[in-house]
Amino acid sequence: MWQLFTQNWQDFLTGFWHTILSSIIALVFSFILGSGFAILETNPNKFWRGVAKVYVEIFRNIPLLVVTMFFYLVLPKVLPAMNGFTAGTIGLTLYTSAFIAETVRSGLQSVGTGQMEGCLANGLSYWQAMKNVILPQALKITIPPLGNQFINLIKNSSVLAFVAGMDLMYQGDVIASNTFQTIPTYIIVGIFYLILTLPLSYYMQYLEKKLA
Amino acid sequence: MQNWINAYSATNLRFLLQGLWVTIEVSVISILLSFIIGLILGTIRYVRIKYLSKIVGVIVDVIRNLPLLLIIFFTYFGLPAMGIRVNPMIAAITAMVVFEAAMLAEIVRAGIAAVPKGQMEGARSNGMTYTQALFHIILPQALTMMIPALLSQFVSLVKDTSLATIIVLPELLYHAQIIYSQDPNYIIPMYAIIAVMYFILCFCLSRLAKYLQTRLANVF
Amino acid sequence: MKSFFKKVGIILSLLLVAVGLAGCGNKAVNKSNVYQHVKKTNTIIWGVRNDTPLFGLVDPKTGSLQGFEIDLARALTKEILGPSGKYELFQVSAKTKIPVLKNGNIDVLLATCTITPDRAKVVDFSKPYFGAGQSLLVPKTSKLRSIKDLNKPGTKVLAVKGTTAIANIQKVAPKAKLLEYDDYGQCFSALQSGQGVAMSTDNGILAGIAANNPKYHVVGGSFTTEPYGIAVDKGQTQMKNAINKAFAKLKVNGTYDRLLKKWFANVPGFNYKEVEK
Repeated sequence: MWQLFTQNWQDFLTGFWHTILSSIIALVFSFILGSGFAILETNPNKFWRGVAKVYVEIFRNIPLLVVTMFFYLVLPKVLPAMNGFTAGTIGLTLYTSAFIAETVRSGLQSVGTGQMEGCLANGLSYWQAMKNVILPQALKITIPPLGNQFINLIKNSSVLAFVAGMDLMYQGDVIASNTFQTIPTYIIVGIFYLILTLPLSYYMQYLEKKLA
Repeated sequence: MQNWINAYSATNLRFLLQGLWVTIEVSVISILLSFIIGLILGTIRYVRIKYLSKIVGVIVDVIRNLPLLLIIFFTYFGLPAMGIRVNPMIAAITAMVVFEAAMLAEIVRAGIAAVPKGQMEGARSNGMTYTQALFHIILPQALTMMIPALLSQFVSLVKDTSLATIIVLPELLYHAQIIYSQDPNYIIPMYAIIAVMYFILCFCLSRLAKYLQTRLANVF
Repeated sequence: MKSFFKKVGIILSLLLVAVGLAGCGNKAVNKSNVYQHVKKTNTIIWGVRNDTPLFGLVDPKTGSLQGFEIDLARALTKEILGPSGKYELFQVSAKTKIPVLKNGNIDVLLATCTITPDRAKVVDFSKPYFGAGQSLLVPKTSKLRSIKDLNKPGTKVLAVKGTTAIANIQKVAPKAKLLEYDDYGQCFSALQSGQGVAMSTDNGILAGIAANNPKYHVVGGSFTTEPYGIAVDKGQTQMKNAINKAFAKLKVNGTYDRLLKKWFANVPGFNYKEVEK
């Protein structure tokens, strides 16, 4: 197996790099989008609450692979084609943002309505109160579950393999079919994923204990 | 417009429904098995049996931190290498059960840990044994509390069955791909209808969850 | 924090040990005699394609597999096991075909598998049964005419994971960028979505796709020869001989010719005599 790695280490590392890159990009944008929709979901305005609810329900109930394929195969019928990496990362971002929205929303609600009322009574506007008082508290509560969403995001980035997204799983597929060493190749791929996810997972457990 | 009408011909719809049925079959079997195994593993992790809990912990942590896609490959290519012939259905169900049981074990462990310590102490001081207290006092409360997490994991499981297209499991997405690979004009209609089918399936499951949650909350 | 690092450290080192053991351990490939096994069970499990028009394709109308290789598998089963012989069709993709044969999940592989020196190192091939050649599928509006046109930086060519097309393109058009997919359906869908300028694989497969999709055609002739062979796991000589014998019989009694004509005689721009073996 070591030989398999030394002969193909460049491909494995290219894949590893694309997996990291896609995960980080998707994390940043899904966090922004997700927080945005979470705020909308707790908004007093019924219309905006409805919009956010529909968005979240759609992406929580449709498989990521279908979402990704949509961007890769369906959208090019009306827009210029995007490559697998882009389509996959966009799919990941939208999909994960729905889960982040749910996490942040429950965080926001756990802060309690009393705080918001207090802020409003003290003359802060809704958005000022949200930005300066509610959101910082909510984020603190949501850090461990958000971390778990990030771990899921890294694992889910393997769908890029379906759309030639150059990620770790794709490179694994290519190496496995060239060398015929299927199981050893996927074991190496698995170790690369664990290098990313396992420390994160334990760090989140540690944080959870510390914050509790 | 003509494309849409042609795409949803009776034969194509029947073919899609056959795929949907495989998706449901794999999901239901996997949910039942993984729930039982996950419950056992999670409890083992919580009660701290010497060595066993540690070993279970390591295995669960490794599995739940790997992509499901990889686990599907391991069961599909790995089981036959150990002398067990599998068809895509069995490989897919095995992968689902292994992965989801690990995910559920973590939910169960966290759920039990979230039950206030006073409950166990109270039960013990009332003369119950540790095991009695665990099964009659702690687990029922923990299960009620973890229903939302369990259910969203089940919804994930249903969605994740689509990954098994990679090993040629004839489920919904795969059947859609077969149809549109024979006529490119069907790509958009096919993705539209399978998105709706998955949505209805998963949405019903989450509604069922909400209903169960209120019912169970009254029981305990 | 200390316990966190300790935990990660322990797990990662455990993993490395496990990997080391797996690396040294012998592979538990099914080494029993396949021929004896199929004789005993009176069943042959064939690995066949399900996404390849003309060779092996699932028909949405009936849900069953149809194609030249499906018919050939059926005929060969009757020759090897006699009229009462049973067969099972196990659907494989290009990527999974060799691994499922190697790990013993199927008995025989009959799935548009080109005989190459690399593959011959890991599996045993029968005599060739189909003389394909690699070609290109492009939209009719495309200006591409030959494989040489692809040899430009930034040109994206689409192929299927695990096919010989990949190495051939890398050899003939090294500057082109290859994108690889899991099956022909996905690969062709990607071509339609404009993810690449051409799709490359064997002419028989491409002709089958073009026959269903009049906006696309096959260009560039065949720039390689791709003889298809029936594969068995390495060392299953008795099974290989049985297949060769049965195949020779099918040629003599005309079944082979009849099947070739049935599937390939009416494909536009395709001369079935060229592929005959």
